[in-house]
Amino acid sequence: MEVMLSVIIGFMIIASITAIYAKDLLSAIIAQGFVGYGLVICFLILRAPDLAIIQIVMETVTLIIMVAVVLDSSREEFDIMPDKTQGVTIAASFLFALVLLIYFNRAISGLDRFGNHTLRMSEAYVTGAAEQTGSANLVAGVLWDFRGYDTLGEATVLFTAAIGVITIIRLVGKK
Amino acid sequence: MKGMSLIVKKMAQLMSGLIFVYGAYIATHGHLTPGGGFAGGALIAGAFILMILANGSGYVRLKRQEEGSSAVESAAVLMALLLATIGLAAGTMVFFNNYLPPGIPGRLISGGVIPLYNVFIGIEVAAALMTIFLALVIYKEEISK
Amino acid sequence: MTVFILSFLMLLVGVHGVLTRRNLIKVVISLTIIEFSIFLMLALIGFISGGEAPILDAGISAGRMVDPLPQAMVLTAIVIALATNAMLLTIAIRLYKKYGTFDIRRINELKG
Repeated sequence: MEVMLSVIIGFMIIASITAIYAKDLLSAIIAQGFVGYGLVICFLILRAPDLAIIQIVMETVTLIIMVAVVLDSSREEFDIMPDKTQGVTIAASFLFALVLLIYFNRAISGLDRFGNHTLRMSEAYVTGAAEQTGSANLVAGVLWDFRGYDTLGEATVLFTAAIGVITIIRLVGKK
Repeated sequence: MKGMSLIVKKMAQLMSGLIFVYGAYIATHGHLTPGGGFAGGALIAGAFILMILANGSGYVRLKRQEEGSSAVESAAVLMALLLATIGLAAGTMVFFNNYLPPGIPGRLISGGVIPLYNVFIGIEVAAALMTIFLALVIYKEEISK
Repeated sequence: MTVFILSFLMLLVGVHGVLTRRNLIKVVISLTIIEFSIFLMLALIGFISGGEAPILDAGISAGRMVDPLPQAMVLTAIVIALATNAMLLTIAIRLYKKYGTFDIRRINELKG
């Protein structure tokens, strides 16, 4: 199980490096699609069919929007101007990596080994939850019963993003 | 944005209805099977996006469509909020209270308010994605003029 | 344990992209990669080996399920990721309309 996942995640890392360093923006977007669809396979292996369904739909819609944007404007990633501050940014990214590594080390020491997760708070959501909420899909039960506030907040963010897109993109003002 | 060839148009007409029905199924059976309102709404939006991509932007009268989808989105969020607020009035005073009887897990009509939330959030997600896509299409029309 | 480290490496690739790339579309792609790595990390944390998907059915007892809580958190986050990506892309194409380039150094020079 762990070996299979590692191979898929390794391919995803290679694809993301390709996406970042590709000269053509269209091929960068295709490589990003590879990462997204690899994530779908990871979700299926991790027994999360809800996430797999939603990720495959969302990745497709994202690809459509991104390809439309790039085909509308320019496809090349300029390289006319040499980057003078290249050294500074690379040093900054390594510094960031170091800081994140410290926090990652701290977080990982508090976790269980992969596959031996102990249910702490989720114990209440798993045992006897179906009798309380009446929903056979426990994810839907957590989403809309135990953690309703969270989901309402996320729906509000989606609403705000749609309004923001309309506001930013409008060329001609409304009468 | 121009439409595509006749073959693509016919196939899109055949397929988009099926995709729409599948999205509605995913949204309404969210409490029994994998899926739920978010995934179902995205599928329904995908059916509309497929029709617009195949038939070109002359297919819908764009301005009015964008206003309509934005209004539907607002109404769906409002309905979900209203359903949550009724929980304050019914029984114990808890926001997001599941006030309908839970029923037997595994039946279609079970889970209290969860199926209703799923339906409304499905409408909201579909309308939001449609609004974003239509805004981009309208922008493309305006700059090409 | 290797899978956690690999997903952390993916996060580092995304951070590197955000800091070193000078193209707006590349920055959006790097942010998407960061989001993907975090979704993967949360789904990995909730996994229990030998566990079933968290959907009740005949023959599956509640003890042998993966954790539904991280899945519920990630489910909503995926939708938000799409909406915020679309908003970033609209900002990018408005900047392209105004300045005629995706290069953020050039946009800095041409400001005003």
